[in-house]
Amino acid sequence: MNAIIWLVFLPLIGAMITGFSSAYISHKMAQVITSCLMLVSAMLAACVFYDVIIDKHTYTVTLMDWIDSGKFKASWALKVDSLTAVMLIVVTWVSTLVHIYSIGYMSHDPNVPRFMSYLSLFTFFMLMLVTSANLIQLFLGWEGVGLCSYLLIGFWYQKPSANAAAMKAFIVNRVGDFGFALGIFAIFVLFNSVQFEDIFARAINYKDTWISVAGINMHALTMICILLFIGSMGKSAQIGLHTWLPDAMEGPTPVSALIHAATMVTAGVFLVARCSPLFEYAPAALTMVTIVGAVTCIFAASIALVQNDIKRIIAYSTCSQLGYMFFACGVSAYSAGIFHLMTHAFFKALLFLGAGSVIHAMSDEQDIRHMGGIWKKIPLTYLLMWIGSLALVGIYPFAGFYSKDIILESAFAAHTGVGYFAFTMGLIAAFCTAFYSARLLILVFHGNSRASEEVQHHIHESPLVMLVPLIALAIGACVAGYIGMHMLHMVDPESSFWGDAIKVLEPHLVLEKAHQLEEWIKLLPLFAGLGGILLAYIFYVAIPSLPAQLAKNFNPIYKLLLNKYYVDEIYNILFVQPAKCLGLFLWKVIDSILIDGVPNGMAGLSSRLAGRLSKLQTGYLYHYAFVMLIGMLGLISWAMVLTGWAWTGK
Amino acid sequence: MGTFADNPLLHIGLIHYLTVAILLFTLGICGIFLNRKNVITILMSIELMLLSVNINFVAFSVEHHDLVGQVFSMFILTVAAAEAAIGLAILVVFYRNRGSIAVEDINQMKG
Repeated sequence: MNAIIWLVFLPLIGAMITGFSSAYISHKMAQVITSCLMLVSAMLAACVFYDVIIDKHTYTVTLMDWIDSGKFKASWALKVDSLTAVMLIVVTWVSTLVHIYSIGYMSHDPNVPRFMSYLSLFTFFMLMLVTSANLIQLFLGWEGVGLCSYLLIGFWYQKPSANAAAMKAFIVNRVGDFGFALGIFAIFVLFNSVQFEDIFARAINYKDTWISVAGINMHALTMICILLFIGSMGKSAQIGLHTWLPDAMEGPTPVSALIHAATMVTAGVFLVARCSPLFEYAPAALTMVTIVGAVTCIFAASIALVQNDIKRIIAYSTCSQLGYMFFACGVSAYSAGIFHLMTHAFFKALLFLGAGSVIHAMSDEQDIRHMGGIWKKIPLTYLLMWIGSLALVGIYPFAGFYSKDIILESAFAAHTGVGYFAFTMGLIAAFCTAFYSARLLILVFHGNSRASEEVQHHIHESPLVMLVPLIALAIGACVAGYIGMHMLHMVDPESSFWGDAIKVLEPHLVLEKAHQLEEWIKLLPLFAGLGGILLAYIFYVAIPSLPAQLAKNFNPIYKLLLNKYYVDEIYNILFVQPAKCLGLFLWKVIDSILIDGVPNGMAGLSSRLAGRLSKLQTGYLYHYAFVMLIGMLGLISWAMVLTGWAWTGK
Repeated sequence: MGTFADNPLLHIGLIHYLTVAILLFTLGICGIFLNRKNVITILMSIELMLLSVNINFVAFSVEHHDLVGQVFSMFILTVAAAEAAIGLAILVVFYRNRGSIAVEDINQMKG
């Protein structure tokens, strides 16, 4: 019981110690404090995981009341079940490794304590999010990670591009959060409660409820689920609200690994899985989840094919993998989605940190066109990047193989239109994934070096403190799939791994059907992966002139992909520019002229009037005396007239 | 035969006293306003105005057979003397500080 409390609050303690004393504390001290507290937290997470999964001990710890206003009650509570346990393991361990990695990666930065503090604070909010027992606390964690992502992306605040990216992440997330908040309101209206237990227990009572919003009759649960999913889309960078994720690569690389691969972006998937008892009664919302997931999956993968920035490729890959997780949830294979979330956390963090190691070696060069042939100089990073990429591509026996396979099989086994659509998109995306992963590896590590002499001279393997986390993640990327599949039985339809955490209705049980599919369907993703790698080999090793030739022949398509389908440009015209114009109008016209004009004008008027009036004050004594006399005469005359006194004379 | 005292033109009554007093008072006021030279003249004009008020007091006191008016005029004379002393003292200090007692130069309160 106490373990879970310490586990959640240790990162907060670390963040507060280093954050509040960031000006006095030494860099070493800050690194040691935060990393050690994180490590302890991760150990505790392992204990909790054991307790929950092996001993089947789920519980809720109520810390104290938070809001108690009429029917609206929310408490600070930590809910521990299988879903939470899996997330706890992922979040704490990846975060711990990122903390340790940052010791090496950020060693030259002047603001180490601030950085470590943000990292720990971020982890705390993520833990708050995954352990919450009600929607309000979940929303707190949700906004908290949003805030921390803003702080971390904009960590190098001297760079205008980092500031812009930080703001973009924050604002795009606001759009999603708006939907999420509306979803919470709708849930409260319907259920009179925000407690998960209450909501999930009573969801079945409302499966045929229709409510009227602004004169439109809607199926209540469908509306709620769609609103919640809009929130998830923002946080998990699904198509439409994905634009912030690639730009978020402006932050330091450990941040990319922590936030934009392993933890924050998975919050959306977690929310959908957590709310599975609601989504199960909203088939239309599930269809939407599937379609959005599938489209994002292929959309992001196709962009990643032609990008040249090493971190950007991996960022789009994250986007694409999140698409997989969503369409898995969309076909009711929530456990497969969370399984992929877990394996993805390991290999994506590995890839990001490995990319960080490459960037570190290449003196902060990020363009893969300026790399090449460096595998001999950094062999360990090279090996680890291969492991991460193979896991991402889904080659047996790496982690991605198991999770991606089960997702695609589930999509196929759903035997619905959207299921087949998702399967096809996922398969093509798997092919693309293999292609861009292999392209990245070949361009970065093989061939002739395209870097300048000076950069080449400086290429060196990263220090041990950076390599150890990479190795740990690599082990995770190798074995997480096998462990999850065959030891923990995470996606086994008969296993009781998930307990009550995930609810799937009888007709939606796709996992069982997925396991009974024919062999060739199960092997298709693997072949797609191998095919992608082969194609990349042909393109970049066998016939190196081919890519340029293709880019020339299919110039419009190439341009479209290179410019990311012009989504940023379209948003710029549709939303950013009008907003800017409106802002300028409100500032220049409404504020400076109208609102400032009234008080400024009054002040100016009285000042001018006072100037005129002060001319009356000549300073000459006789003028004052004269005025006094006139005044006196006036007063006396007035008093005389008033009292009717008349000069009678004598 | 009419006596000297019967001549109404030569009979000095309340009106005559009051007329003198008004003339003096007006002179005093004019002295204040029309004077552009120095402050001593103003002090003198004020003195003149006080005296004209004194004449009023005495005249009415005789008219009404009431001594209070004359007593009061004694008070005024005393106060006027004190005021003149203080006024001159201020003037001396003022001259020391500013080097001039011309009325035109005294416009420190100009807005």
